[in-house]
Order: sequence, then structure tokens, then C-alpha cells
Amino acid sequence: MSLARRVRLKTYVMIVLMVLFGPSGDVLLGKGMKETGGVALTSVSSIFDGLKLGFHNDLVWMGMLSLIIFFICYLLVLSWADYSFVSPASASSYAVVTFLGWVVLGEPVPSVRWLGVVVICLGVFLVGRTPTRTTPETQ
Amino acid sequence: MRVWLLLGIVVLAGTAGEIAVTRAMKQIGEVREFHPRALLGVLGRAMRIGWMWLGLSLLAMAFFSLLALLSWENVSYVVPLTALSYVVGALRAKIVLGEKVDLVRWVGVLLVVVGVVLVAVG
Repeated sequence: MSLARRVRLKTYVMIVLMVLFGPSGDVLLGKGMKETGGVALTSVSSIFDGLKLGFHNDLVWMGMLSLIIFFICYLLVLSWADYSFVSPASASSYAVVTFLGWVVLGEPVPSVRWLGVVVICLGVFLVGRTPTRTTPETQ
Repeated sequence: MRVWLLLGIVVLAGTAGEIAVTRAMKQIGEVREFHPRALLGVLGRAMRIGWMWLGLSLLAMAFFSLLALLSWENVSYVVPLTALSYVVGALRAKIVLGEKVDLVRWVGVLLVVVGVVLVAVG
């Protein structure tokens, strides 16, 4: 396998992992923070109280673990690939989440949403046509 | 008002943090070994780079702002607005990191933004 293909392949593997763990983390965190009942912005201490409540929620912890895995993959891929390549490419997570919700959970998906999925896929496809790295190797 | 303020922090501090983290990781160079010990070594080296700490601080700021936003508003309201990060991020990658964002990549980024808004609104 050529060097460029090997780099492209490992970029895709990392993005797939990010797409799996990133949205799971977001959903778990969102659910967990809603369960705690919202953060009041009336004073600095009330902000910290609100955030502290989040740390007593299992969903928040699971979400954070998922986001840590996501973040490690993110760091690794950024060691060789462009940020302006990785960031839009990882938006395929929206398509994956919509598709999984439809297939696994049987959620109804409105047509506007399917249109969005198609547009995202098109965008990610275009970004994927560009080189994974456009800056010189520093080491 | 507070929603817009926090949204500004999510987008501006979030993209600035990611750019700083990218700069730190580029300084480390391409990771080629993926067994756990090698990865721990990479993370250890990353933690000794100033850009990483700046990036993590900015990302933490953006993350907690997002947490607060999500505790008030629905994901379907917050996500389309934060989609602006893709454009701001690409612009900063071009200016700060010197990445070549050509026309194809720009069109891709814009399609992603439109798509994310449609998915979230739909």
C-alpha cells in the first residue's frame, strides 16, 4: 500500500471512531444534564452548583468517557491530517445518527432531515476528494 | 442574550481551541504506532506543549458553555447555530495554520453547514 493511501486509510478509521463515540457522548451528556434540571446563570456559584450536579449523574459520566475516546482519536488524526479536512468530515456523524435512529430505533425521519443527510454526505464526499494534508511535515 | 453570548463562546473559543490543539499535534508529528503504551507516550508529549494547554483551556470554556446551553435549549435549536463553527474553523485553519482550503473543500464545508442545519431543523 502506498504511503498516501495508508495515511488516507488511517484518517478514515479515526474519523469513523470519532463519528461513533462523539455523538454518543453528546446524547448521553445532553440527557444527563437535562435530568439534573438545568444550570442557573444567576451567579458564579450557581453556575458551579449546576455543573457540579452534572457530576453526580451516571449518564453524564458515560457521556464524558465516550467524549474522551472521541477526543483521543481526534488528537491522533490531527497529528497528520488537516483540521479543515477532519472537522467537516466528522460531520458525517449527523448522517450516521439519523440513519441509526431510523434503522435501529425505528424513529420517523422527516424528509427535510433526509435532505440534510444527503447534503452532508455530498459535502463530506467533496472534502474527502481533497488531500488529507496540505501543510509540510514539521518533524 | 445569554444564549447568544454563550453561543459566541462555543463557536469562537471552540474553533480557537481546536486550532491550538492542531498546532500542538502537528508539532508532535504523525502518530504511527497505536498500541496503548505508544499512545500514552504521545499524550504525555502533547501535555508538555503550551499550545495543547491553551487549546484545552479554550475547549473547556466552549464545552461548559455548550453544557449550559443544552440545559436550557433543545439540541435541535443549539446544533444549527453551532454549525457555524465549520466555516469559522476552516477560515482559521487557512489563516493561522496555513492549510490550503481550495474551492472544493470550501464547497464541501458549506454543504456540511447547510446539511447540519437541515438535519437539526427537520
